[in-house]
Amino acid sequence: MTNSSLVIENLHVSVSGKEILKGVNMEIRPGEVHVVMGPNGSGKSTLSYALMGHPEYKVTDGQVTLDGQDLLSLPSWQRAQNGLFLCLQHPIEVPGVTLESVLTEAARAAGKETDTIRKQMIEEAETIGFEEKFLERPLNVDLSGGEKKRNETLQLGVLGARYAVLDEIDSGLDVDALAAVSQRIQDFTQEQNLGVLAITHFSRLLEVLEPDHIHILNDGSIQMTGGPELVERLEEEGYQGLLDN
Amino acid sequence: MGNSNLQGFTPTISESLPGPEWLNEIRNDAYTQLNEVEAPDTEEEVWRYSRVNELNLSELTPKSERPENLASIPLDRFSSPSAIIVLQDGWITNITIGEEAEEAGITICPVGDLEDGAKYFGAALEKPVDIFGYLNRAFGPEPLIVVVPKGTVLENPIVIVSLTDTHEAVFPRIMVHCEENSEAKVVEIQTSSNIEAVISPVLEVKVGQAARYSHCVVQNLGAQTWQFSHQAVDAGQDSTAEFFVAGLGGEYARTRTDCRLTGRGAFSRINAAYFGEDDQTMDFRTFQDHVSSDTTSDLLFKGALSDSSRSIYSGLTKIRPDASRTRANQTNRNIKLDPEAWAESIPNLEIENNDVVCSHASTVSPVDENELFYLESRGVPTPVAERLILEGFFDEIVSSFPINEVSELLTEAIIGKLDRRTLNQEEGSE
Repeated sequence: MTNSSLVIENLHVSVSGKEILKGVNMEIRPGEVHVVMGPNGSGKSTLSYALMGHPEYKVTDGQVTLDGQDLLSLPSWQRAQNGLFLCLQHPIEVPGVTLESVLTEAARAAGKETDTIRKQMIEEAETIGFEEKFLERPLNVDLSGGEKKRNETLQLGVLGARYAVLDEIDSGLDVDALAAVSQRIQDFTQEQNLGVLAITHFSRLLEVLEPDHIHILNDGSIQMTGGPELVERLEEEGYQGLLDN
Repeated sequence: MGNSNLQGFTPTISESLPGPEWLNEIRNDAYTQLNEVEAPDTEEEVWRYSRVNELNLSELTPKSERPENLASIPLDRFSSPSAIIVLQDGWITNITIGEEAEEAGITICPVGDLEDGAKYFGAALEKPVDIFGYLNRAFGPEPLIVVVPKGTVLENPIVIVSLTDTHEAVFPRIMVHCEENSEAKVVEIQTSSNIEAVISPVLEVKVGQAARYSHCVVQNLGAQTWQFSHQAVDAGQDSTAEFFVAGLGGEYARTRTDCRLTGRGAFSRINAAYFGEDDQTMDFRTFQDHVSSDTTSDLLFKGALSDSSRSIYSGLTKIRPDASRTRANQTNRNIKLDPEAWAESIPNLEIENNDVVCSHASTVSPVDENELFYLESRGVPTPVAERLILEGFFDEIVSSFPINEVSELLTEAIIGKLDRRTLNQEEGSE
């Protein structure tokens, strides 16, 4: 396939009339792990919501292509069908709706087999350490923070996306859950060539998930890009120190 | 003012209806009182937002003769009802009592068959609440009585089908007495042909000490039917009275529920799901009256409104001075699916005792944007995501119905409405 990558070019995004992203550029190839770090309010979550097309996040300029296809003209569900997955920082509780019905409808819309969904769910749940009894719960209802993130990772596995945006998947996780989730995502990058855009505050996610590129997002744009060594510098110098040097 | 527009409702018709002398006296008294009853007006709070002003009573006459052509009613959904009763146009056209109810000694008959039948009128609520209640007393042709004797437990539901197939005004009446420490479930299915019809049903239920009673109404009336329904329940000491309503059909369908918790420790639940489409109006008024101490009431009404349909929920929870340690909850949630759809929600509390825990909540909003986004971000197409959320929204009510067959009926009706909506959306986008 030509142009096999998720390309973000000069992305400008406004929320409630206020410009949050002021020209973000990035290219994520299959199997690569890109990590976006940045201080609070730098626009990290805005980037993830805008990529998936949340109605409150208005793209005012720039373009995004997924394997050569324009993404921004598509409704959210078609972005997902084209291979984009968003792992939300705070997964939404949807009363009365089961995980199985959501994954079944997603598979149906893709023209895929729906009979195997249940089996896939159980397999992924086992791999990720998500208790099978939680599969019967309405989506995310009464799940702890850690369980919600395991659930998101399970969905990523069943849906089989090509690019995953992980919005602070490490927040609210205990050590065991973090290890399970980050290991699973690392496996996806190697086994299924998943491209990852991981947004995080913390370096501990990167103890298992091996980053190829680190981007520092500040005031709505990428102000520094480097290899894994940036994380260490960041730990020592902080955002301000890093960006001042 | 009197009701000079009731010329079609003559004393001759009232007197011609079947029944013993005592029943004729009840009808006659109600007829006389009609002259003193104020005509309903949307200026009154209880009729506010209603469409009662559009109803022209002067064009109506009551259904005064037993229907000749009996409609066939498929009842195979209920695998083993303890009894089946059919009311057509307010007349009792069939009573089938099964073995279980027979052995338990249940009374199911026209109330006129009982010598002491008069005592059942007003047993739950002393007087009719409006003109439709008086008309029901004066022109109800064959009120039905169900008595569940003391200590009897009925496993299977009593199924009552109330069918309307006439242009004339129809007055079905069902009275249930659940005696001390008995237990029963009743399913009431309301249907009508696709003709202009006006129905004023009355349900009176008295739940005796420590008795457990559930009543499920599936209102699936024809698209041109107007209904003014009144349900009254009196819950005795330590009793449980549960009402479930599925509001599906009708052009204008009003249900007023008066629930009085008269015995100490009584518990009541009223749950309703309603789904308006086209230009339907669903009108619900509830009164939970905590008369005694240690009483609990729980109310949950959930509705979805599509196209240019409308709904009204107006509820009053009243805590009387003697009702210490009352707990009351009243919740109404509405999802407005289209710009022209409209929902009014007015929960009220009137508290005359300090030692109570009461809450009320109401919402009218579109489908939650974040829920929709979340499902879409998994690859679920927008209309499918909306359907899943709506089915999930109603699930809380559907799963609360105590009879599986009724839950199934409600689920199928919701799916049917969602299918029509999907079809309309597809046609609209072509």
